[in-house]
Order: sequence, then structure tokens, then C-alpha cells
Amino acid sequence: MPENPVACPDCDLLQHVPLPPPRGKALCCRCGKVLATNKPGANERTLSLAIGAAIVFVIANAFPLMGLSAAGREVDTTIIGGAWAMWQEGHQMTAALVGLCAVVAPAGHIGITIVVLIVARRHRPAPFWVGELLHWAELAREWAMTEVMMLGILVALLKIADLATVVIGVGIFATGALIALITAIAINFDPEEIWTQVQWSSGGTPVFVNSSQTIDYQEAAK
Amino acid sequence: MTAREPMAMPSGLALCRHCGLLSKLILTNETTYCPRCGHKLAFRRKNAIQRTWALIIAAAICYIPANILPVMTSITLVGAEEDTIIDGVILLYLTGSWHLALIVLIASVIIPMAKLFALAYLLITVQRRSIKSNRERVQLYRLVEFIGRWSMLDVFVISFVVALVQIKPLMAAEPRAGVVFFAAVVVLTIFAAQSFDPRLIWDSADSMENRNE
Repeated sequence: MPENPVACPDCDLLQHVPLPPPRGKALCCRCGKVLATNKPGANERTLSLAIGAAIVFVIANAFPLMGLSAAGREVDTTIIGGAWAMWQEGHQMTAALVGLCAVVAPAGHIGITIVVLIVARRHRPAPFWVGELLHWAELAREWAMTEVMMLGILVALLKIADLATVVIGVGIFATGALIALITAIAINFDPEEIWTQVQWSSGGTPVFVNSSQTIDYQEAAK
Repeated sequence: MTAREPMAMPSGLALCRHCGLLSKLILTNETTYCPRCGHKLAFRRKNAIQRTWALIIAAAICYIPANILPVMTSITLVGAEEDTIIDGVILLYLTGSWHLALIVLIASVIIPMAKLFALAYLLITVQRRSIKSNRERVQLYRLVEFIGRWSMLDVFVISFVVALVQIKPLMAAEPRAGVVFFAAVVVLTIFAAQSFDPRLIWDSADSMENRNE
């Protein structure tokens, strides 16, 4: 692989980044941003983690998180139940936001990651729409707030605990496991490895444009 | 800064925001697209300073009703009680879980305000072409980006309380107008953090060096 200069996304500094040792990473020498990682077999691991996360996600959403019993009556809620309650009370905007951050974005993140990893495994070079999907996975990851939701559930539980008896459901344990799996995916996933395999939208196969020019510049700067 | 530090923009190289490919960008009237992923190429995020200011000001305006207006009404047999965000924190503190009260206070009140001040500080220093403590300012920006999502905490708390406390007529909970403004603050500050470009912090240092040469 030719040693192309890399520009830091946070400070725009051009620098040469050698391939880090296995399980190592390279930081920007000016601002400390992670510029390159070397995670052997990372995407293989990510795929199995993502499939596991998909299963746990279904369980977390299918079973009630918690229930409330008072005066012989019981109410329980699932994850989407929070958004649904908001919707019924006439707060559609907030309901949409809660639904997005609690259900749609995590589902999108896990689902798209699985598709991207499977397609990239089977086809080399990967079709160009894999790149588009990677972009969507990143967007979904930014808005997926399962861990914030979990803390929200715990605070809600404590607020209600004074009013009535609270029953813990299966969903809450599944959500805990889901947070662990999503964190593991975030640590392991290596999108850069997939980007190097994606077919370019300009029609070409993966090559480095203007590599001679950029290397010339680097040498001139030294 | 010792030697002249080569930056991508002065050498005509632009980093694609979507796929991270570095490619040559020649400014013409036509839009240039990234050869790898096909998204628009630019040296810096478009109108970063104006957009971030606009979003911060909008968030600051929403921050006032978010804290003054009630976010939830609890209805019991005794009567109805309207709670603002601060009331919720005080209630948690009085019921004995001061750690949770602290977490909610930090997530709902302090983080949104700190984000607004931090982004305003970054924008003002960039506009004044400051070259001091660049590294610390980038770290501040990363902190703002990382911490922003936790402000959603109270929105989740309210929606799950509303979903559960539905044993009418014994007790019920309903969301109030404040929650809409609160959610707006969260979304606007997340967008504001995304529209800012940390590379602007280093641009003035680069232009200073060129002037001295």
C-alpha cells in the first residue's frame, strides 16, 4: 500500500501515518485525533456482535420493560410504549424524537451494519452503494441513544417507585445486554477497511487519485 | 509551533466528510464530488460559523421556556401537580436519591447550558482569529460532541413515566408544553455541534504563520 498523506479531520494537518502495530492506533501529532487503527479481524468480530445485537434488540423491544401495579390493576410498557404514550397525549414531535432515538436509529444502525459487513465479505470490490449505506449507519449511530434511554428508564422507575409497586420486566435486562453489544460494535467496527474495498462512484476500481501530486507536496514541505 | 505545519486546504486537498478520502479540490463554479463516495467536496463545512450561531441562538431561546414551563402534570386523587424540570430534580432529591437528582440536574440543566457557552466560546475565539490553546479548544469541542446526547435523559424519563402512570382515575401523568421546548434544545444543540468545523480553530494559526514568513 503506498504511504499516502492523511489529513486530520479535526485540524487539517497533513501527515504520513504508518500502519500501526496490531491493536494499536495512530494519533494526530498536533491535536490527538485517532487517525488510523489496526484491528486484525475486527469486522469478522463486528459481524457476529451485530447479529447478536439484532437478536437482543428484538427481545428488548418485544418484552415489557417494566410494569406498575396499584389497586389491583397493572400497566406495563415496552420501549416503543414510551413514544406511543407521548403520541397519544398529543406531543407528536417529541414522540417522533423518542421513537427515533430509542427504536428507529438503533435498529437502523444494527441492521445496516450487518448488511454492509455481509455484502463487503461476499463481493470484492464491494458495490458503491455499500458506501452510501456506511454513511447511513454512521448517521443512525449518532442518533441511537439506547444507553441514555436506559438511564432514563432507571430514573423513571425510581420516580414511580413511591407511587406504586414496580415490576421489572425481561425487556430491561435485554436492553442492558444490548448496550454492552452496541458498545462492543462501536469499539470493533472498522469502517475504513470497508471504504478501501468499495467501488468508486466515479467508476474506477479502488486507486488513489493524485497520489503522486500529494506525495510531491509532502516532500516539498519537508 | 516550530516548523511550518502543512495543512490540507492550503495545498488544495480536501477531506471528504462522508468517506474520509483525501483528494485534490480545484475551486471552480461547478460543484466537485468525491471520486469515491460521490458526495459534495468542500475544504470546510459550509457556512459553519453562521449556521452554528443561528442554531445556538435558537437553542438559547428555547432553553428559557424549556425551564420555565411545566414538563409534566401528575394527577392523583388529591389533585393535579405541574412540574418543571427543576421541580423534578428537587423531587428526586427530597425522596432521598440525591445521586440521581445530581445526574438529572447535570444532564438536563447544566449540559445544555454548558454546550451553548462552549460553542459560543469556540465561535468567538475562531472569529477573533485566536491562536491560543488550540489543542484544548479541540478537546472542548470533542467533549461537547460526546456529551450532547445525554441531555435527552429527561425526555426519556418523562415519556416512560407517562407510559406507565396510567391508572386512571387513581393516578395519571401527562406531558406538558415544556417538554417540546426541551426536546428542541437537545436537537438544536446536537445540530449546532455538528455544523461547527473544528478545523477553523487551526486556520488562523496557519494564516498567522504565512503572514510572518
